[in-house]
Amino acid sequence: MDALNIINKIKDADLLGKGGAGFPVGLKWEMVAKAKADKKYIICNLSEGEPEVYKDGFILKNYPEEIINGIKIALKTIGKTTKQIQAYIYINPQYYQKYKNKLEKIITNLPIILFKKPKNYLAGEETTILNVIEGKRAEPRIRPPFPTEVGLFGYPTLINNAESFFWVSKIAQDKYRGNRFYSISQEGNPRGVYELPENWSIERILKKTGNFPDFDFFVQAGGGASGEILLPKELNQPLKGLGAMVIYNRKKTNPFSLMEKWADFFLKANCDKCVPCREGVFRLAKIIKSKELDRSLLEDIFFVMEKTSFCPLGRTIPVPFKTLIDKLI
Amino acid sequence: MGKKKKIQITIDGRKIGCWDGQTILEAAKQNKIEIPALCFCEDAKEKAKANCRLCVVEIKGLKGLHPACASKVYDKMEVITFSPEIERTRKINLELIFAQHSEECQDCIWNFNCQLLNLARRYNIEKARFKDRKVNYPVYQFGPSLVFDSSKCIDCRNCVDICEKQGVGFLEIKEKGHLFQVVPSKTKDCIYCGQCIVHCPAGAFEAVGEFEEVEKPIQKRGKFVVFQFAPSIRTSIGEEFHLPLGSVVVGKLTAGIKKLGARKVFDVCVGADFTTVEEANEFMERLRNKKNLPMFTSCCPAWVRFVECYHPELIPNLTSARSPHIISGGLIKTYFAKNSNINPKDIIVVSVMPCVAKKYEIQRKELLINGLRPVDYVLTTRELAYLFIKNKIDLRNIKPQKPDSPLGISSGAGVIYGASGGVMESALRTIVQKTKKNLSKIEFKKIRGMEGVKDAMVKIKNKKVRVAVASGIGNAKKILERLKNNPKLYDYVEVMACFGGCIGGGGQPVPSNAKIRKERARGLYKIDVQKQIRFAHKNPVVNKVYQDYLTSKEKIHQICHTKYFSQKRSKIRQTK
Repeated sequence: MDALNIINKIKDADLLGKGGAGFPVGLKWEMVAKAKADKKYIICNLSEGEPEVYKDGFILKNYPEEIINGIKIALKTIGKTTKQIQAYIYINPQYYQKYKNKLEKIITNLPIILFKKPKNYLAGEETTILNVIEGKRAEPRIRPPFPTEVGLFGYPTLINNAESFFWVSKIAQDKYRGNRFYSISQEGNPRGVYELPENWSIERILKKTGNFPDFDFFVQAGGGASGEILLPKELNQPLKGLGAMVIYNRKKTNPFSLMEKWADFFLKANCDKCVPCREGVFRLAKIIKSKELDRSLLEDIFFVMEKTSFCPLGRTIPVPFKTLIDKLI
Repeated sequence: MGKKKKIQITIDGRKIGCWDGQTILEAAKQNKIEIPALCFCEDAKEKAKANCRLCVVEIKGLKGLHPACASKVYDKMEVITFSPEIERTRKINLELIFAQHSEECQDCIWNFNCQLLNLARRYNIEKARFKDRKVNYPVYQFGPSLVFDSSKCIDCRNCVDICEKQGVGFLEIKEKGHLFQVVPSKTKDCIYCGQCIVHCPAGAFEAVGEFEEVEKPIQKRGKFVVFQFAPSIRTSIGEEFHLPLGSVVVGKLTAGIKKLGARKVFDVCVGADFTTVEEANEFMERLRNKKNLPMFTSCCPAWVRFVECYHPELIPNLTSARSPHIISGGLIKTYFAKNSNINPKDIIVVSVMPCVAKKYEIQRKELLINGLRPVDYVLTTRELAYLFIKNKIDLRNIKPQKPDSPLGISSGAGVIYGASGGVMESALRTIVQKTKKNLSKIEFKKIRGMEGVKDAMVKIKNKKVRVAVASGIGNAKKILERLKNNPKLYDYVEVMACFGGCIGGGGQPVPSNAKIRKERARGLYKIDVQKQIRFAHKNPVVNKVYQDYLTSKEKIHQICHTKYFSQKRSKIRQTK
């Protein structure tokens, strides 16, 4: 098929990015295609590093050809709009070790470089990826300019999550039916990854997959650290954020230990560039450890994190804490 | 500058004309609308790091808050800098910033004229809402020049950025226990330029001994204390007394130092005239012999240290002429001591310098004259101002006095040493005048100004001589790069480690920015045009000293010349 036609096809399919922000994939492709430059880059984000999120790893294990095919389509499509094109797969070290050989076999002579994510850098925020590949400090960049205009090494860059590339491949084969992948866990125990419609409610997904608990529970929806806490009565809505949900036994779960786990994760994962996220997470971790929740202080910390953090990570960190404290304490 | 389009925006309902491509912060500043911005640093490689988050504003039609430092204006943009939401974020973020910063306001280079403190007042913050998290953070000392108290650091990273722009990269960000902090490199060397000091909004950097040891030199009982002040001090120290930028205060400065108890007050510009004469001679000789060209200036000790640490292969290219205050210090302890019948051992020479690297320079062993250091103490501009204030000396209302003779009368050439290009211009004046009978122009405007790299062509004895001037080591590296590609590109190169030369030095009043430096430099050039003598070699003091004292090659060498050595990495001391 005509390579440029694929963009319209992606747009018609209403495919949303699967990295958490849900930006329309077709629009992003169009922006990179329209940007004028002699050189363009494509990055497949396979950095998946949040607790209890393993759907990209699942796709990588079972359908690596589809991911590479998605990148190949991007290479062809975007490649038509520029002189030089190069793709990267930004991949977390565990996945790299496990699937390096398999991926290289599929890649063959395509211009795709496997770029192993450094161990200490947990966040997969897209402008941070650009800095890391360029050998700079792992910190986000000021936007605008957006990566679609000024991205890797200053050239227009298309950054998509691995799952997004998977679905692009499906769209090209007319096999996309509005599904997405969900990883479901129960308190640290993976239950499985399921491909189901994106517009299904969480309740329906849990029931369909046989994961709807028969005990008093709550769900963390959209990531094992950054996802929001939902009570059983709130599950009649589709999943937002990352394709992951975690079920917790309400009676057996200590909310403070849970929050401590998240806080530790964010303490390691954030880059410490901006005041609200760096200091906010540090203070948050201290407050939770003290087990004395000064609500007005917490409210102030959440407020500046949400309103003034440099990148999306800092702006969304308060979500799980706020919803847990509101609903469970 | 490319094409600029004039556009109109409104800030808090006020219509403002500005240029396309400007940021909201720049437009606001131009119109005297205050937006707090701690991490904004116009001298840095990346001006707007947007990490302190204090400058956030609302933009009509856009969701959320946006950093004014990093948001570009567009036509008909409507900006709000003041709202309950904005105020609240600033208050809380300031509290979080103060939670990092261990205050020591009574001993801080900002002298209560501190942005942090002003903002704390303005936003009515609860300073003690959080326990300072950095109380136990280390204090480092870099050689005899700098102290970095990382418990005061607010992680704005201006220092790291400036150090990188200097092409040194000695200050780094390292992760320790999941928190990144600024630390000195384990492999690189600090060149002691002190640009971190003047660009830190939190006073985390200072000179060694600032301000605990400032009184030491004036407390030496039974000693003959002589002060001498550097060229650039005269147009910068006034700022510490709220005088207009660039105010010339030679007489007041002299009177103030006298009041502190100094027996004599000399002007380092005289030393500069000696440096010029020696350097000009050396250059002509090198040009004749075509040896060790290009010749590099060496009166900036941070530049010398950069060469010794990072480019020892360039050591032969440095002029052997000593820096101005070292020459005049040497003359004080020899020529002046002899004429005044004072035992040189009883003389204490104190140099007031715009510089913290000078604290290192005076300790260099190869400078000793008969076992004595030419200069015993270096006080920075800030330290002298502090000493004045402590002794209730106010430069605004003190009766001026003239510097003492014999080392108190300088040429205009000696004065402009304080600005980038000044050393080169002084040398060129002397060289060109000596080789030409009638010198029509004595000003070399091409090498003046705040530009980081400047170059020019000068005709000397019908020969085309190419000169270059750099301020900032990053800019010097650009010249080195050019020379790598074309070794004969330049014959003579002036390098000053600090932006704009000594007027932007690490010992100068804070803050430092282009506007301030421009005014300080302007003050110096104003003095120069008013001087009757504008050539170093025509200074009668210089000629008299050569006639009476510097009569042999050995003597000249002992007082006026030095050596350089490849330096081993010096250990960083952790004092806390």
